[in-house]
Amino acid sequence: MSEVPAENKYVATHEWARLEEDGSVTVGITDHAQNALGDVVYVELPEVGQQINAAEEAGVVESVKAASDIYGPITGTVVAINSVLDDEPEKVNQDPYGEGWFFKLEPDDVVELEELLDAEAYTEVCDEEEH
Amino acid sequence: MSKESAPQKTPLYDEHLAAGGKMVDFAGWLMPVNYGSQIEEHSAVRTDVGMFDVSHMTIIDVHGEDAQAFLQQVVANDVAKLSTWGALYGALLNESGGVLDDLIVYALPEGFRCVVNASTRTKVLNWFEQHKMPAMTFAQQPLVMIAVQGPEAINRLNACYPGSVPEDLAPFNAAVFGDWMVGRTGYTGEDGVEIMLPAAQGVSLWQDLRAAGVQPAGLGARDTLRLEAGLNLYGQDLDEQTSPLASNIAWTIAWSPEDRDFIGRSAIEPERGQCPMKLTGLIMKDKGVLRHGQVVTTSAGNGIITSGTFSPTLGFSIALARLPKAASGACEVDIRGKAKAAEIVKPPFVRHGKKLVG
Repeated sequence: MSEVPAENKYVATHEWARLEEDGSVTVGITDHAQNALGDVVYVELPEVGQQINAAEEAGVVESVKAASDIYGPITGTVVAINSVLDDEPEKVNQDPYGEGWFFKLEPDDVVELEELLDAEAYTEVCDEEEH
Repeated sequence: MSKESAPQKTPLYDEHLAAGGKMVDFAGWLMPVNYGSQIEEHSAVRTDVGMFDVSHMTIIDVHGEDAQAFLQQVVANDVAKLSTWGALYGALLNESGGVLDDLIVYALPEGFRCVVNASTRTKVLNWFEQHKMPAMTFAQQPLVMIAVQGPEAINRLNACYPGSVPEDLAPFNAAVFGDWMVGRTGYTGEDGVEIMLPAAQGVSLWQDLRAAGVQPAGLGARDTLRLEAGLNLYGQDLDEQTSPLASNIAWTIAWSPEDRDFIGRSAIEPERGQCPMKLTGLIMKDKGVLRHGQVVTTSAGNGIITSGTFSPTLGFSIALARLPKAASGACEVDIRGKAKAAEIVKPPFVRHGKKLVG
């Protein structure tokens, strides 16, 4: 079974978002997503300073198997990207909620985060997909 | 694919589940796409040994006095070249010269055995029915087929089943071991065999090889291995709309004898030796992954990627692409609206564990 940490928020398109102490929001793809994609070999990240809109394309993750879009979980401005993934995209498989993070946003309105799925609701989304 | 019925299972289905196989519907069959990591399975075949369940492929035996004449009509390669237990790779063409399927034909003491794709089963059986000759019969064989591939494949098999693979068995030749037919063929660019055998024995063989440490490998690894080896996938690199001469299988067209009028010959003969397109290789020079359907821009005109993937052995992306015959050197590939740098190379990309490009 895939891991769904309770401290994160989730989107049905399989991104996670976590509010950090400095007010930024870290974004990545879930354990369920990395497992479905298989070995990740390339991640196309947004640029620092880029505006990201909720539910709009923010990047692409490519596994050996397929290319898959990454969507912005909330609206905000990119303040950091995980450039380690350039050389070590396998971190997405190994540690999707840790070293495999994609980018950090400065949210336009942090309340948007409250509207995302919690761990329990996201787990239901994954269960439904499997049946 | 076959929407009218539930996907079929091969006799090894329970073995796949036991090995942690992630099952997907492939051409109407529930098959393992991987057993955890596609890259690990790929690497096992390149460096040691791996095994694939390919029982979903279609095995058709053709018997009778007219069997050879029939195959000389429907197969663009010439089965008359085969001696008993020899095999050849070839194509079935339609009247307009498009490729209906690619296949391997083995010459048996009492006829021929054709191995065609899973996705084309109904089409090929119908085609055979339509073109069959009076003194012949053909029948699909309900056998298990296991491909054991990798530099250690033969050693490992002979350790489990002494004498199962004769050391001197030449590539594209087959041997018999009890009820097994063992062909020194494969789809990975490595040494190895494909074994056709009755279902119950197939399950035992799989279990014994598992116990001997042979890595099961799924459809995912099968695709990256065949693409590194520059081998075609029917439906992507070959199809009914495209001439075999615009693919990399022109060498399988047996033009002589000149009077052998195989189906499709008259349609493709005008382009013999002068087809304006070719199927060749690309290697990625930027980051990113080449995929089926992406447009390629070359100095000689545009083309299209027929198969693309990330190459686990090379560490960058590779592809087969249909390009103007004169195209060579640097080119660009449109990936999501961005022009990425690639280079035209002659496949294979990897063979017998060795990197041939990059």
